[in-house]
Amino acid sequence: MAEMNVKPMGGRRGRGMPLPKVNNPGRLFVRIMKELLSNYGVHLAVVIVCIVVSVFANVQGTLFTQKLIDTYIQPMIGQTNPDFSGLAAAITRVACFYGVGIAAAFTQNRLMINVNQGTLKHMRLRLFEKMESLPIKYFDTHSHGDIMSVYTNDIDTLRQMISQSIPQIFNSVITIVTVLISMIRLSMPLTMSTLVMVGVMMFVTGQLAKRSSKQFIRQQKALGSLNGYIEEMMTGQKVVKVFCHEQISLDEFRQKNEELYQSAYNANKFASILMPVNAQIGNVSYVICAVLGGILALNGFGGFTLGALASFLTFNKSFNMPISQVSQQSNSIIMALAGAERIFALLDEEPEKDDGYVTIVNAVQQPDGTLTETDERTGLWAWKHQHGDGRLEYKKLEGDVRFNHVDFGYTDDKIVLHDIVLYAKPGQKIAFVGSTGAGKTTITNLINRFYDVQDGKIRYDGININKIKKADLRKSLGIVLQETHLFSATVMDNIRYGRLDATDDEVIAAAKLANADGFIRRLPDGYNTFIKGDGANLSQGQRQLLAIARAAVADPPVLILDEATSSIDTHTEKLVQEGMDHLMKGRTTFVIAHRLSTVKNSNCIVVLENGRIVEKGTHEELLELKQRYYQLYTGSSASA
Amino acid sequence: MLKTLLAQVKEFTLVSLLTPVFMVLEVAFEMIIPRLMASIIDKGVSAGDMQHIYRVGAVMLLTAIGGLLCGIAGGVFGSKASAGFARNLRDAMFTNIQTFSFANIDRFSTAGLVTRLTTDVTNLQNAYMMALRMFVRSPATFIVAIIMSVSISPRLAMIYLVAIAFLVCVMVFLITHVTVYFRQVFEKYDALNESVQENVSAIRVVKAYVREDYENKIFSRASYNIYRMFLKAEGLTVFIAPVMQFTIYGCILALSWFGAHMIVAGELTTGNLMSMLAYCLNILTSLMFMAMIFVMVTMSIPSGKRVTDVINERSTLTNPENPVVEVKDGSIEFIDVDFSYREDSKEPVLQDINLSIRSGETIGIIGATGSSKSSLVSLISRLYDVSQGSVKVGGLDVREYDLDTLRKEVAVVLQKNVLFSGTILDNLRWGDPDATFDECRRACRLACADEFIEKMPEGYNTQISQGGTNVSGGQKQRLCIARALLRKPKILILDDSTSAVDTATDARIRKAFAEEIPDTTKLIIAQRISSVQNADRILVLNEGRVQAFGSHEELMESSDIYREIYEAQTGGNGDFDEAALNDGGLRWQK
Repeated sequence: MAEMNVKPMGGRRGRGMPLPKVNNPGRLFVRIMKELLSNYGVHLAVVIVCIVVSVFANVQGTLFTQKLIDTYIQPMIGQTNPDFSGLAAAITRVACFYGVGIAAAFTQNRLMINVNQGTLKHMRLRLFEKMESLPIKYFDTHSHGDIMSVYTNDIDTLRQMISQSIPQIFNSVITIVTVLISMIRLSMPLTMSTLVMVGVMMFVTGQLAKRSSKQFIRQQKALGSLNGYIEEMMTGQKVVKVFCHEQISLDEFRQKNEELYQSAYNANKFASILMPVNAQIGNVSYVICAVLGGILALNGFGGFTLGALASFLTFNKSFNMPISQVSQQSNSIIMALAGAERIFALLDEEPEKDDGYVTIVNAVQQPDGTLTETDERTGLWAWKHQHGDGRLEYKKLEGDVRFNHVDFGYTDDKIVLHDIVLYAKPGQKIAFVGSTGAGKTTITNLINRFYDVQDGKIRYDGININKIKKADLRKSLGIVLQETHLFSATVMDNIRYGRLDATDDEVIAAAKLANADGFIRRLPDGYNTFIKGDGANLSQGQRQLLAIARAAVADPPVLILDEATSSIDTHTEKLVQEGMDHLMKGRTTFVIAHRLSTVKNSNCIVVLENGRIVEKGTHEELLELKQRYYQLYTGSSASA
Repeated sequence: MLKTLLAQVKEFTLVSLLTPVFMVLEVAFEMIIPRLMASIIDKGVSAGDMQHIYRVGAVMLLTAIGGLLCGIAGGVFGSKASAGFARNLRDAMFTNIQTFSFANIDRFSTAGLVTRLTTDVTNLQNAYMMALRMFVRSPATFIVAIIMSVSISPRLAMIYLVAIAFLVCVMVFLITHVTVYFRQVFEKYDALNESVQENVSAIRVVKAYVREDYENKIFSRASYNIYRMFLKAEGLTVFIAPVMQFTIYGCILALSWFGAHMIVAGELTTGNLMSMLAYCLNILTSLMFMAMIFVMVTMSIPSGKRVTDVINERSTLTNPENPVVEVKDGSIEFIDVDFSYREDSKEPVLQDINLSIRSGETIGIIGATGSSKSSLVSLISRLYDVSQGSVKVGGLDVREYDLDTLRKEVAVVLQKNVLFSGTILDNLRWGDPDATFDECRRACRLACADEFIEKMPEGYNTQISQGGTNVSGGQKQRLCIARALLRKPKILILDDSTSAVDTATDARIRKAFAEEIPDTTKLIIAQRISSVQNADRILVLNEGRVQAFGSHEELMESSDIYREIYEAQTGGNGDFDEAALNDGGLRWQK
């Protein structure tokens, strides 16, 4: 029966497409089934019962044709006063069968929606939660496009598999078995001839599929090459115009377009004759049965009647359909398994480890100088250190950060930071300077434990940061990244992201501190302006101001700032500078600096090169050295 | 829309027309079979005529083969027609895009154009194939089966009429409701995926502020809402299969009941009742298919619209009728120029620009981001047309020149520049396809690109990957300059083209320009004051107006903005010269 296939754009892959390679399809399939059974075991049991019932009802209906002709019509032909009450009763009985069949089909479909959507909801949520728990390393080593495609394409093929392929295969298998049994009971010779024709059909399908698969691979290649070309040319369209290169790029495009046309034509040719070929082989099978059955019925071999022939012919038609369905659905199952492999790979990723036990608490200073814990926000924080012997210790959160001979590499075999030694006393400003790839960002990634050191120690207020719970460690650090990321929410909520329980007034105060208040008020809806598409409607500078405000509302004792290199207009640039300066006041700050003014008033300037600290000191000290910092500093005014 | 799209069928009109013809023939052959079947039963089995069974059997076999041939022909023609249609659509779009002006390109985003050329065309290709083959096949099946039924027994065929009426009503109701629901669901679904995307790219922010649980909660809520909406939408589609079954079963039972009466009364034969049962399935499933095709074709309408937009877009720039094909010299003049990107915008991007630049002069252009520096220079090579006033090159309005001539003589190194996949030499020859190797080397030497190219293992034959990702920013900029130099233009415009080049190299490039191409007019847009300071004259732009225009010394006297920028960048302010380190740290090694 024709299933409604309501899908947005695109549509499913055509038949005969090359299939992806899947490792261990069996294990994956079992895992999906386990996933389904653990939550919807009862649902699925009922679904299977429903399928059996509806197939059975359908077969009963077909068998009724035999009775209709043999038992009711034939004997009554020629009777002067035929009695239709028997037929009426029989029809009523079949109607009941049908009724049950329809009810079963409905129940099955209805339940499958719950199973399908429920499983997907569950799957999506688990994917998301797992994703949120993964270490930064995962995001740095996997393309964002690949991660996204798990949520879109892979979930989508899984949806098709659960909602269509699995029930259809069940249905087909049960139909094949039931119909086969019924056919054998009606006539063995006719069954044999039907089976032979099914064999022919499968052979031809296999041959055509083999041929078309080769063509589809060619088509994929041509498509990839053309799409790549289109993407490159569209990106460079303005350059094409500037160099009057239109004709050349058009010629090259036409050549690739022609290749795609040829291969698409060849590939689809084979795929699209598959359907009529199968349909007509089915018709040939039907014809053979009709002739053979006619002969059998005429001679009355083995009690073969006209009614039996009528029923058998219907079966012959309905036998071919599920067989082609199974082969079709098995393809989409392989596609779905390839998707499921990626879904499970993400679900099986190791989440970020956290062995820390030192936490941050709000504290009150007692008259005797000791600290005690409190629930209220006092503006004073303490590290709560639970020692092995059960002893509790509170230590004031001050913002003292020290690196002791730290080594680090993103992979074990390649060390990118060597023997980093530096310290920042509470309230001090440390500036990192150096070329791209010198290791500036890497150092800041270690402080908030986006990555863990390989050797050496980082101490925060004297505590090894590995002992601090990651969440608490990060809460004590404010970060303003070079690239500002905003969320689809109001300006107010975007700033509040820094501290969820901040009141509107606190948010506005933070915005004022960050110099962001002015431009926010000029937005169409002020603080309630909705930001869309990562703040596409805001300028680079405005986005930075929001990021600074976000850090300001979090009010952390230690700050990590990554100054933006990109040029913004002088006015906003001034605002950003001032905002940053306000934010840094009274906090320990690590800043990846690009501006001389930021560096000049730092307590310590760290010059990095190839992962090593090559110079360290104040602006004046380093200038006197007349080495790298001196060259960097004078570089910008060299030709002045 | 349909007219524009169908105009692209072109040389595939014949196969496009043949496809449905063969589909109808295939259907006709298929629909005869149940009739022949009835004949076998009535005249063969019931009448005991063996010969008749053989004869009709042979005819049936021929019919099946005829159907097979027509089916294959339909499939082959359909594939050819749809693949060709897709090819023509892509060609029409790409060809038209080549005529686009910058304003046209801005209107469609790059990503938008790529989608239209790829996904949208594929959607249309599938829809076209579907339309050619199924759009005709299903109605044909439907009509032929009805004709056959009526010819057997008009009275029994009445049953179909009732069934069809019922099914159509239900389908129309379901389809209209379901599509509305699904459109809503998929909108929400896209929004959900966008929020995932947001989370992936902002993961550092999420982690830095320890907002994992908060994000989980938001996602969970959104995901639950989608779940509810999907249940609601799919809850309707669930009715389709049972309704269909109900109709078919109803027909079978009604046919059996009334048919039995008619056979007994001698008004119908057993064989004919059986063919009526066969037609019943044909009629109702073809109805179902028609509904499905309708839904699928409607879904390709947005794609059709997007493709039509590109095909019908007319370039905002046209070549003049009797174009001038020679540019006299490199002088530039702006006379009362106003410019805005969109006609309806109130604030022009450039206002009251009056400038006169002599051939061979070197002009620096400086100003804050958004002061319209790029807009100003883009008018010179007519990337955009002025809204008011006139831009003259070599004493003539740019709109009088042949576009190719003008752009050959006015070479622009764009701010957002790209290299293409191919060798370095291939890329350089964009500037001049006939350039000799020595000419390419000279251009690279002027642009200070020779030093790094010659260090590469394959030198000028080094492959550049797509988007030029395997060279550094500074190297890419120098290659782009060399490429522009190969045009041997009368006017050379550098739009912030040395921002990633260290200051020393930048200075060397400018020195080479002054010495080797003294007759070329050079316009240099820069952020760095050192890049423009030694120009003959410097243009200071502020909010789309000329704030000052003169030599460095004059501007230090007269222009507050210029002085401010100068002071901000010298004497211990401004940025580090990180480019010196980024570009391989060459200077350190000295």
